[in-house]
Amino acid sequence: MLAYYLRLGLRSLRRNPVLTVLMVLAIGVGVAASMTTFAVFRAVSANPLPDKSSRLFVPQIDPWGPQARIDGSDIPDALTYTDAMALMRDRKGARQTAIYPINHTLIPDDVSREPFHVDGYAAYADFFPMFEAPFVYGSGWDHAQDDAHAAVVVISSQLNQQVFGGANSVGRSLRLDDHDYRIVGVMADWNPRPRFYDVNNDDGFSDPPDFILPFTHAVDTHTDTSGNDLCRGTTGRDPGWDGWLRSGCAWVSFWVELPDSTAVQAYRGYLQGYVAEQNRAGRFHWPAKTALFDLTQWLQQEKVVPPATRMSLLLSLGFFLVCLVNTVGLLLAKFMRRAGEIGVRRALGASRREIWLQFLAEAAMVGVAGGVAGLLFTGIGMLSIGLVFDPDIARLAHMSVSLMGLTLLCALVATVAAAFYPTWRAAHVQPAWQLKSN
Amino acid sequence: MDIQPILAALRRHKAGTILIALQIALTLAIVCNALFIIHQRLSRMNEPSGVDEANIFVIQNLWGEQYSTQEALERIQEDLAALRQVPGVQDVTPSNQYPFKGGGWDNLITLKPDQRTETTDASYFAGDEHFLGALGEKLIAGRDFRPDEVQSRGLREKMNPSVAIVSKPLADKLYPHGDALGKSFYAMTSAPVTIVGIVDVLQRSDVGTWSVPYAGESMVVPIRMAMPWGGYYIVRTKPGQLTAAMRAAPKALYAENRMRMIDSKDGVLSFAEVRHRAFERDRGMAILMSIICAVLLAITAAGIVGLTSFWVGQRRRQIGVRRALGATHRDILSYFMTENLLISLAGVALGVLLTFGLNLWLVTRFTLSVLPLTYVLGGIVILLLLGQGAVFAPALRASRVPPIEATRPA
Repeated sequence: MLAYYLRLGLRSLRRNPVLTVLMVLAIGVGVAASMTTFAVFRAVSANPLPDKSSRLFVPQIDPWGPQARIDGSDIPDALTYTDAMALMRDRKGARQTAIYPINHTLIPDDVSREPFHVDGYAAYADFFPMFEAPFVYGSGWDHAQDDAHAAVVVISSQLNQQVFGGANSVGRSLRLDDHDYRIVGVMADWNPRPRFYDVNNDDGFSDPPDFILPFTHAVDTHTDTSGNDLCRGTTGRDPGWDGWLRSGCAWVSFWVELPDSTAVQAYRGYLQGYVAEQNRAGRFHWPAKTALFDLTQWLQQEKVVPPATRMSLLLSLGFFLVCLVNTVGLLLAKFMRRAGEIGVRRALGASRREIWLQFLAEAAMVGVAGGVAGLLFTGIGMLSIGLVFDPDIARLAHMSVSLMGLTLLCALVATVAAAFYPTWRAAHVQPAWQLKSN
Repeated sequence: MDIQPILAALRRHKAGTILIALQIALTLAIVCNALFIIHQRLSRMNEPSGVDEANIFVIQNLWGEQYSTQEALERIQEDLAALRQVPGVQDVTPSNQYPFKGGGWDNLITLKPDQRTETTDASYFAGDEHFLGALGEKLIAGRDFRPDEVQSRGLREKMNPSVAIVSKPLADKLYPHGDALGKSFYAMTSAPVTIVGIVDVLQRSDVGTWSVPYAGESMVVPIRMAMPWGGYYIVRTKPGQLTAAMRAAPKALYAENRMRMIDSKDGVLSFAEVRHRAFERDRGMAILMSIICAVLLAITAAGIVGLTSFWVGQRRRQIGVRRALGATHRDILSYFMTENLLISLAGVALGVLLTFGLNLWLVTRFTLSVLPLTYVLGGIVILLLLGQGAVFAPALRASRVPPIEATRPA
């Protein structure tokens, strides 16, 4: 029976090709706009570490006091060097690392090659196991090397390709500015997006870091942060490097791994205790606020999903809605024009259900055709996405099997939903009235 | 035209009427807001920067070695001398940033040293006595920096300029009565900074939406920045010599000292490129919104054509009867035009509510400004015209229905 309905539907659709094409195009364009913007939205709102995100936390400690809040400053989204070092010393989490972004000039051994700029991070040994960084050669360094302020470095596979032609470079030396570092590991391609551990400095979608080296060593060599340095007003601070380290400027990111909810509770208590202790020591003169965000909360807090992405998704969905309203109107017109035919079929014994199914089959065909058109338009949308979004973000979105399936499904479900009222009307045509008027 | 019979007929087609009205309402809401977003983005794109755009380029110079402040200062002086030797170069200044750079340095501004909440925020340019000349900025009051005022500062050294040149928007914000020259303010400094000069326009370095309330507010301090990693050189050429000088400048710098990095891709940028890059995303957003608007209007028009054609087909017999009873072509045409106008008016009325609802939501969620009434009025006119245009063809077909149709069975 379904085959017969489909044949009937096809015949009816071919009778008004312009109307049919119009419906198919409207659904296609609407679903494509929504899918293209959704692909971008999905990419930027993805969880970069799904199996571990609930165990990674960012602590915040307010170093500026309540007056800063009254003046309109939020709690800084980084720690001061003093607080970060205290937290590192106490080691109350299963793993923890302080991090800050740095850059260096890489001086190739080969004098014929020009020095070039490299970006990276200063971190502790726990960085690698905590964030599940994969290695092709070697591994990260250990706690002893943190404590020894060792001049070691982990490099990206891309940098390894560029400098060593992709060979195992573990044990070789790398010159960054005026210091030599021994390579202990080469990471595999690894760039979680958004780059959760640096969203307080970066948009979270830029190129992966070229290197990671010990925090303790970076501080020894007076390597400045290449990220934000949040200082409040004209707060007096001593000049020079040590003055900056001791100041109330917040520039160190901090991540801690807490395996379960008891550990989370304990860590919250520890932060409160730490702040109370700072109060007693006279560093803070106020009940300082602390906070602990898990990874997903942190991404929200840092507003990683750009407002433009969300806004374009919503406008596209509104656009799709208009396309659907349009389809409802056109289907209604199309179906009601055939009231006479429906009357005859009903008089010959077709039930309401059968009429309903027949027209639903016709609508479903429009939906499938709309989905195919939508796939085509989504493809075009993906190619031109770079025009609209930041290149860093645009390259994240691509056509995947799941997106193709979703496009077809959305078009079909939306069209069938849109056809619900027109088919209902068609099924309720009074056969007697139609036959009489003829 | 009596609208009573039209309303009576529409009551028989409730679903179709509601659908067209709803579509018009949604289209109005989306088109008005999208047009507004486009306008906001485009207007930012076309803001004058205040600099001599046609003849300026910027070099980002990164040192290949870590220099102390003193060493860096010497290198900068050598570089400036080398750049002045490049044919076609008119003037050069070192700087920490330039207008439309994107991101950059800004300081909170207060009128008193102990003020708790800032008066405003200014983009913070550090340059020497060549800064105004190299950017082609014109003073509208006061004077340029004197060479003896220019201080040198390295990383994390205290900035305590005693004088500054400010942009007019900043001067007006601080001293609304137009008497800013000679007065002073605090820019996260402990000592007052005296305004010695005012330039008409000097755009901020950052282009983000957060700084919209501080648009155009900039200050220049007489400080030569000597950062251990390097900095920017802003170069102004003689008219017509920009391209040649842009090619020659990095060569001259490398010839002078090769321990440096000038990125081959974006180490040397003409001001046109700077502007292009700064507003790339705005342009993208404007393109997306334009496409959405155009397609949306097309679909709405097509929907009206489709549904009206159906109605015309359904009413052929009634039209025939009316024609037989003496209605002219014009009567039939205006019947359908008026019918559409009534539906459109209903749709537009609902649409105005939706438009402001959507705008309100965008304002709270995305810090968009409040939609001006002209956009809504413009949108209403566009949609009414669109409706009338779309209905014209089917209405014309209806008016050509011959009176003989009345005698045929439906």
